[in-house]
Amino acid sequence: MTDKDMADKIYIEPLTKKTIEKILEIEKPDSILPNLGGQTGLNIAMELYEDGFLESHGIRLLGTSPEGIKKAEDRQAFKDTMEEIGEPCIASKVVNTYEAAEEFAREIGLPVIVRPAYTLGGTGGGIAYTMEELEEIAKSGLHLSRVHQVLIEKCIAGWKEVEYEVMRDKNGSCITICNMENIDPVGVHTGDSIVVAPSQTLADKEYQMLRTSAIKIISALKIEGGCNVQFALNPNSFEYAVIEVNPRVSRSSALASKATGYPIAKVTAKIAIGYTLDEIKNAVTGKTYACFEPVLDYVIVKIPKWPFNKFLTASRELGTQMKATGEVMAIAPSIEQALMKAIRSLEENVDSLELSKLKELSDEEILKALTHVDNERIWVIAEAIRRGISVDRIHEITTIDKFFINKIQRLVRVETSLKNEELTKELLTTAKKMGYTDKVISRLCGKPETEIKEMRLENGIVANFKMVDTCAAEFDASTPYYYSSYDEDNEAIDNKDKKKIVVLGSGPIRIGQGIEFDYCSVHCVWALKKKGYETIIINNNPETVSTDFDIADKLYFEPLTPEDVENIIQTEKPYGAIVQFGGQTAIKLTKALTDMGVKILGTAETDMDRAEDRELFDEALEKCEIPRPKGGTVFTAEEAIKVANELKYPVLVRPSYVLGGQGMAIAYDDNEVREFITEINKIAQEHPILVDKYMLGKEVEVDAIFDGEDILIPGIMEHLERAGIHSGDSISVYPTQHINIENQKTIIEYTKKIAKELNVIGVLNIQFIINRGNVYIIEVNPRSSRTVPYISKVTNLPVIDIATRVILGEKLKDMPYGTGIYKRSDYVAVKMPIFSFEKIKNADTSLGPEMKSTGEVLGVAKDFSEAILKAFIASGVNIQYKGNVLITVRDKDKIEMLPIARNLDNLGFKIYATSRNSKFLK
Amino acid sequence: MKGYLVLENGSVFSGERIGANVDTICEVVFNTSMTGYLEIFTDPSYAGQGVVMTYPLIGNYGLTKEDQESRKPWVEAVFVHEIAEMESNFRSKMHILKFLEENGIPGLQGVNTRSLTKMLRTVGTMKGKITNDISNIDAILEEIKNYEISNLVEKVTSNEFYKIGNGKTKIALLDFGAKQNIINSLLHRDCEVTVFPQDTHYSKLLTGEFDGIVLSNGPGNPEDCTVAIENIKKLYESNMPILGICLGHQLMGLATGAKTYKLKYGHRGPNHPVKDLNTGRVCITSQNHGYAIKDDSINPNVAEISHININDGTVEGLRYIGKNIMTVQYHPEACPGPEDSSYLFDEFLEIVRK
Repeated sequence: MTDKDMADKIYIEPLTKKTIEKILEIEKPDSILPNLGGQTGLNIAMELYEDGFLESHGIRLLGTSPEGIKKAEDRQAFKDTMEEIGEPCIASKVVNTYEAAEEFAREIGLPVIVRPAYTLGGTGGGIAYTMEELEEIAKSGLHLSRVHQVLIEKCIAGWKEVEYEVMRDKNGSCITICNMENIDPVGVHTGDSIVVAPSQTLADKEYQMLRTSAIKIISALKIEGGCNVQFALNPNSFEYAVIEVNPRVSRSSALASKATGYPIAKVTAKIAIGYTLDEIKNAVTGKTYACFEPVLDYVIVKIPKWPFNKFLTASRELGTQMKATGEVMAIAPSIEQALMKAIRSLEENVDSLELSKLKELSDEEILKALTHVDNERIWVIAEAIRRGISVDRIHEITTIDKFFINKIQRLVRVETSLKNEELTKELLTTAKKMGYTDKVISRLCGKPETEIKEMRLENGIVANFKMVDTCAAEFDASTPYYYSSYDEDNEAIDNKDKKKIVVLGSGPIRIGQGIEFDYCSVHCVWALKKKGYETIIINNNPETVSTDFDIADKLYFEPLTPEDVENIIQTEKPYGAIVQFGGQTAIKLTKALTDMGVKILGTAETDMDRAEDRELFDEALEKCEIPRPKGGTVFTAEEAIKVANELKYPVLVRPSYVLGGQGMAIAYDDNEVREFITEINKIAQEHPILVDKYMLGKEVEVDAIFDGEDILIPGIMEHLERAGIHSGDSISVYPTQHINIENQKTIIEYTKKIAKELNVIGVLNIQFIINRGNVYIIEVNPRSSRTVPYISKVTNLPVIDIATRVILGEKLKDMPYGTGIYKRSDYVAVKMPIFSFEKIKNADTSLGPEMKSTGEVLGVAKDFSEAILKAFIASGVNIQYKGNVLITVRDKDKIEMLPIARNLDNLGFKIYATSRNSKFLK
Repeated sequence: MKGYLVLENGSVFSGERIGANVDTICEVVFNTSMTGYLEIFTDPSYAGQGVVMTYPLIGNYGLTKEDQESRKPWVEAVFVHEIAEMESNFRSKMHILKFLEENGIPGLQGVNTRSLTKMLRTVGTMKGKITNDISNIDAILEEIKNYEISNLVEKVTSNEFYKIGNGKTKIALLDFGAKQNIINSLLHRDCEVTVFPQDTHYSKLLTGEFDGIVLSNGPGNPEDCTVAIENIKKLYESNMPILGICLGHQLMGLATGAKTYKLKYGHRGPNHPVKDLNTGRVCITSQNHGYAIKDDSINPNVAEISHININDGTVEGLRYIGKNIMTVQYHPEACPGPEDSSYLFDEFLEIVRK
């Protein structure tokens, strides 16, 4: 979004009222559009409106009126509005103090839900079953709410949760884009729920009842554009309640757009500038208009992606506080197939409904596990079915609708057949239609995967692609948006003779692999299109730009596994594939693609391997005479301890071939080594574990483009944190502030040398450490990194465009950007990580080699101090200029702490310390 | 058991037999509704037709008699992708398969419904036969070719008149295959509804005992309803307020000199945008029709077009000049589909009660 291709002018500034006011004063716009920037955009717009800034500057709010926003967002105003139009809400009361919360909770009885006003993703909310819990949640909610307001609400856990995406234009024409049913009943945040679309268990009566209500609500709020209405529906009657209205485009809107092919945000923007629905063409069919309701002839399943593998100590329990960092979506003609596709899209090392650790539990433990609402619930349900626990019983415990439990039951039935019966053509067909991959089938029936594939091909059981056309085939559509099915008739086959290139996406957003990689995929597609290639994107993330159907020439919404990708390759027969922009997800597929005979464009698979494989990498470094921290490779804890003692503690322990430093830790003694190795080996390791000498020093990072002869380095980035903190969690500064010319020269030299040695074609990322004036290489990634969008934006260099051209064979010296290091900017940019610890209970908040941040912000200014201040403000840190500081550190850190304490003292802070610290400071 | 649908153009779609194990010939049409399968199967307008459901999961929420649009299913056959194994809904009394069996309706599941729909869209609505034996395709095609589907209204209309409700406003409903919810919509609005067979002589409706007349929906080619058209001419000449729905709309058109034609593959679904030319507002409507009124055949002195379809510009509603007559091609009674145009009943009754 902050990309210069996006708008005529881009400001990279903190999203605070003060900054926005300044920008509005400079730009003097006619209007602002607040309903596409999520809760953040909406809140700032409301603040600007409320204190009269918009009125006094003659700026209009487009889309929805401030009154409409207030009616939807303010708890009391919302309740009043619903009462006025006769739409039922849940018994609730807005309170401003804990005492009032307690009084109301006693009146309506526990459990109650606490929902803070004006917070994103339900921050600070939760269900209170006891008065003690109420006190804890309500107090924290009051604190987090911008207006110190929380809603205390009767808990209707167990009701169905259903959402509608609605659109309205200035003429009052209303349409619903899609409805969605949460498999998890009310009680789990919709962002943490497994969701299907359209709703499955609602008869037309209920479907229309809620649809009519949603339209009544959007009309009463006079919203112009998209809006999301969430309902709770009693599973045993027509009773329903409106839970929430989002008077803006939301996460659910993005999902609904990808689920239906209806571009909600685009149409919302057009409505905001005055178009009516019947004037906007339906981009999918090119024939009909935006004023219609999509109908689906498939289903979609969305599963959230949670960061629990990064927070081993964190509570995996799901409730009203959203914990997911991303999501995957799958499209298929049946729930079973969509669910299986979604599961493997998650990239959690799970490819079916079998979760091995559950096999060890007793039946009692499984029954108990069913009562836990957590991220593993569908696997627990599957295991319960395997143990013969009835659908009714599972429904009683989980309150999940029997319809969905039956779908899991059907999947388990096929699993059992595969295990126990002869693999007939019929069984194989059923298994494929239910979404089982050859790999899973092979595991279940004990035959080699190649044999399964052969049997499939012999019997013509092959994946065919169907179009997402918004209209269930009623009209001829021209969107190149596909999903796989085992029904006949492949709609994706074309006879174009343009050269086709596949660009792999990066799957769900997770810690360590975020939206940055999607930026790279999208820019790569644009660059390829400019060069006249036919582009094909494969991805499964509904939140990203790469899965907009107008980015690539063809979009395949599919899991990123070898088999799913191969199906597409069979249909498209591309000229080549580009994997270096899709993060680890895409890199992992390199070998499979090579085996399929697909040409990997850019750095070759074998060279990528040389950067990951420890021994090969050491060889390469040695050849280039580049030093690196000493280390060794091990498989067992005993080997690791031996290596560690040779190197001397502290050491860095990590698995190879991972992203975001997953499983990486600094060990100070034998016990810690043992602990970390055990943790790493919980997942079977195909590659050895690395043990390196941990070096204290300054970390420096570069992204570079190499064409086989020349190197182009956009800039050198310096980390503020000491080495050992994952680069994604570090504050990163460009251009460098504390690196001497000599070191910079060495960095450039090493970058070119190693790029050449590894035969890189395209981008690479290198992490250096500067220890006692010497430069060491820690890591080389011959692929796009998390910092590529950052360095592109701050240097104004179209890194991905250049890299893509290089991959296609162009030379840097023929381009106007020069070679070597790019000119240093005359401003400073600071990248600051954002953490979500307050949302994930019991997560270990200390930083280390494993990445934990979920996002980042940029502060840009003339000098370093202003840039870092801006970055702090943008990240939501409230900078204190006076006050009290408590100091308590380990003995070995005391010396280092001294100058910091002195600085704080000089700034006028009052210092408190624990006794030994205090003694030391004195 | 494996079964087949043979279409008149010679294409064959296979699936697993469901419902009654009988062979039948029907006109094959598709419906894009994602909910409301029971309402569709029991809508008399589907008499003579086999319905392809484009939504792949059918039977999810079971069924209950209260959602039926008439006393029994009128579809000739159903073609679906998948029937839910376990239905789930608090009102469900029966699984859809049992319902089809009990009512003698044959069908196929596991059909490649998307490809079938695409074929109907490209070739147009076709006749087809559902059968278990395709050893002699030529004979089947010959049989299909010679099979005439006509006079469907006679099959579905009520045999004699009956009264229902006891509201203040007295409405006469000419039943060409009326959906239950047309009657319900009137009853909810304080009406007493007298339902008449389709060929009722106009004089019985103009006795002065009724405040308004509703011409219902119904199946087949409107031109087949020759008796009704003659009667409607007389109703037009009277000053009675009249509401025409779907077939009723087409018959009023034919009675006043307009022409009807068969659409290539009809409008059947819950998502048809209709623009009210007076207000500029668009409503999403529920539709089910294979024929339409030709826009250039409408005498501008007789009627003006009040509503059009946004997708293809076809005529969706007419207001008759100098008369209290409004007719619409779509279904304000919904069931299945959006309830957004139920206001038409209010508008009609406002005229009636003036």
